[in-house]
Amino acid sequence: MAIEIEKPSVGLSKVAVSETHGEDSPYFAGWKAYDENPYNESSNPSGVIQMGLAENQVSFDLLEKYLEEHSEASSWGKGAPGFRENALFQDYHGLKSFRQAMANFMEQIRGGRARFDPDRIVLTAGATAANELLTFILADPGDALLVPTPYYPGFDRDLRWRTGVKIVPIHCDSSNNFQVTPEAMEAAYRCAESMNLKVRGILITNPSNPLGATIQRTVLEQILDFATNKNIHLVSDEIYSGSTFSSSEFISIAEVLETRGYKDSERVHIVYSLSKDLGLPGFRVGTIYSYNDKVVTTARRMSSFTLISSQTQHLLACMLSNKEFSENYIKTNRERLTRRYDMIINGLKTAGIECLKGNAGLFCWMNLSPLLEEPTRESELALWKVILNEVRLNISPGSSCHCSEPGWFRVCFANMSEQTLEVALKRIHKLMEQRRRRN
Amino acid sequence: MEFTRNNNRQLLSKVATNNRHGENTPYFEGWKAYDSNPFHPTQNPQGVIQMGLAENQLCFDLIEKWLLENPDASICTAEGIDRFRDIAIFQDYHGLKEFREGVAKLMGRVGGNRVKFDPNRIVMSGGATGANETVMFCLADPGDAFLVPSPYYAAFARDLRWRTGLEIVPVDCKSSNNFRITRAALEEAYEEAQRSNINVKGVIIANPSNPLGTVLDKETMRSLVSFINDKSIHLVCDEIYAATVFGSPRFISVAEIIQDMDCNRDLIHIVYSLSKDMGLPGFRVGIVYSFNDCVMNCARKMSSFGLVSSQTQFLLAAMLNDEEFVGNFLRESSKRLAKRHHVFTKGLERIGISTLKSNAGLFFWMDMRPLLKEQTVQAEIELWRVIINKVKLNVSPGSSFQCSEPGWFRVCFANMDDETVQVALERIREFVHQGKEEDGVSEKSKHWRKQNLRLSFSSSRLYNESLMSPHMISPHSPIPQSPLVRART
Repeated sequence: MAIEIEKPSVGLSKVAVSETHGEDSPYFAGWKAYDENPYNESSNPSGVIQMGLAENQVSFDLLEKYLEEHSEASSWGKGAPGFRENALFQDYHGLKSFRQAMANFMEQIRGGRARFDPDRIVLTAGATAANELLTFILADPGDALLVPTPYYPGFDRDLRWRTGVKIVPIHCDSSNNFQVTPEAMEAAYRCAESMNLKVRGILITNPSNPLGATIQRTVLEQILDFATNKNIHLVSDEIYSGSTFSSSEFISIAEVLETRGYKDSERVHIVYSLSKDLGLPGFRVGTIYSYNDKVVTTARRMSSFTLISSQTQHLLACMLSNKEFSENYIKTNRERLTRRYDMIINGLKTAGIECLKGNAGLFCWMNLSPLLEEPTRESELALWKVILNEVRLNISPGSSCHCSEPGWFRVCFANMSEQTLEVALKRIHKLMEQRRRRN
Repeated sequence: MEFTRNNNRQLLSKVATNNRHGENTPYFEGWKAYDSNPFHPTQNPQGVIQMGLAENQLCFDLIEKWLLENPDASICTAEGIDRFRDIAIFQDYHGLKEFREGVAKLMGRVGGNRVKFDPNRIVMSGGATGANETVMFCLADPGDAFLVPSPYYAAFARDLRWRTGLEIVPVDCKSSNNFRITRAALEEAYEEAQRSNINVKGVIIANPSNPLGTVLDKETMRSLVSFINDKSIHLVCDEIYAATVFGSPRFISVAEIIQDMDCNRDLIHIVYSLSKDMGLPGFRVGIVYSFNDCVMNCARKMSSFGLVSSQTQFLLAAMLNDEEFVGNFLRESSKRLAKRHHVFTKGLERIGISTLKSNAGLFFWMDMRPLLKEQTVQAEIELWRVIINKVKLNVSPGSSFQCSEPGWFRVCFANMDDETVQVALERIREFVHQGKEEDGVSEKSKHWRKQNLRLSFSSSRLYNESLMSPHMISPHSPIPQSPLVRART
């Protein structure tokens, strides 16, 4: 039995003792409230409804149907042919058939308007790992990446924690639907310079989390031009590219490069994942697609720290190379997400709540600024606490996404049944009625 | 402005442009020779036999049988599909409870059931590769150093240093005492580091050892723990080969050692994996098991960067919780490894080649010092070139493990079938006899007169960058060219 030793606690790294893992943000506190009192239609109808988790649960039946009809993907259960090769396979190039399938899938999502070379696909265990890995490659500790606000709270950890790289926000506001502008990019760049930070790149999420909207072509062009002028990298996290409500409205940076003849494309890198579009976050499937050979080679070597399970690569290679399945999935998934979106937008509208006009993603960006006591972050958090504890909905406050305008909230709608969504909408109606009566 | 080659250098990070990924070393050149001319019993019997890859291919039949009998362990079969969506959604970095329980049970069992491992301390990572890196991120800052007894696993140079910015201070171990780690060597390395203003944060060992194939005895373990405790630095034990032990002495986990010692448990951390013991490197199951709550919590948060696929967690949970299967697997695996080890080492003994006495790992440590022109690394590399190009065996030279004594080679034996084993032995026999004939030494003699050995080799350049094309298969797996496994695609 070890003696209790009266010593100062033994030294850990600075990384270990820092708070840059970001888990102390309200973003995660809401989950705690949910975990302690989770809604259940029958057993806990007054529990907290989870609307802070961007998961896609609307299309599982399509996946299950595929599996039931295609035993080759589940071949281990019935004779295990190919098991040992698969179990041994740890080549960081990844299963060729899987890379091919991913490249095809990415092309299909973009309606064939861009081509993807399977040999440029680097596999990582989730987009979380992909974004961190790219940051390690593109920037040194102490350097900065420019990121438009509001942005996914996880970026604070993924881009900064172990890399030592800083995020300098590009401020966006509702005056132009939170779109990035050249002025805002310049301002962020100057801000970084004034802090003596070397800017190495700009990272955008398209479609945007938390806005739930795609970036317009002109804006993409401006962002690419900006990156070119400053001679920095452009990372486009396109994790929600398959979750657009209409196939034509999403424009990938790949398409912009295509129209430019891939001139100067070596500064562009795309991150993708199956966690949102296919609803498979547990499987840890992320990819980096880079137009820069050295980045591809280095990323591939670095992926040794975060490879995708060969078992999972095998399963998904089978599934995604089935064109009939993938085409039908993309189409059906889009339709169902659109339906959900319409449902929540209309429900909120009748409650008197406006949202940013969205066209993608698993969430909507809700404007509750009229309800704020004062246009401040504190007021926003106070309102958030009321919604969490009294209305019992876990939604994400805009401040946790670094939104500079208080009063906006991200509300997820694809991680629950339609019935649960109805219940959530009813509760919101009630809240709004109460507020109206009070006034 | 376009990205020029020069520009690339400045436009990527220092981490991206340095060589700490480690691929520009001779270690990987041997694989190149294998990849371009892989042995196949019928299609390419003159090809290079891969003996540089520490894989365990001896017990797949047992796992395949279990899979056939347990279709519900897969979420893709009719029997398991009702679990599909719950598992597909599950990305909680605590990991599936049953998975953690299965791993904890396995670790306990592998340690001879002398220690109970707490499932709540089990933290996932992207293979042991990810686990070792994660632990370093938790324990040390850029510029800090870890003491590493040599010879050590070649890829530690990458795993411990590349993205973390740490340094390795080798602690040289010598053949004169069978490469044991001595307190004196540790003290000396530590003091030397202090004098050079290098901040040593800990010691990392592999037990059983790669490349030696030996288990650390109790005394050495206790001495190690006492050393790090006195200095108040960390001890990381990579126990990835724990279940590859056969015969005696038995494997003793550091977890067992600290049960009977006064030491600060906050300094003790274990890395584990299923890649060697179970032969499942493709599944990327790395485990961090720390006795330090802060490190455990930090490593768990970091596991977001390398979680085990929930599909794989689910499968392995079922497998590892089948105690009958696990017991049988471990027993059978030990038996088969012992047999394979015996065939090789006895075969080599008959030819006059000695190996370090070992009873663990998927390799043995072969003594080729008598065959060296001179006792230098250069001579070792020259001999290695001959072994690859003339004898057509890809073995790994001791220098790639930072061994301070030239002439030792690591030879993997568990990644091939029995027939290939015989072919390999025969080739060594021939090579040795050829040498004897040229040497004019009688067959009774077991020693060599080095100067008579004519070694031919090609270029003296150890590394040729242009040959490292993106299409070269990674160092980690030559599949589908593995001699045991037939290519399918």
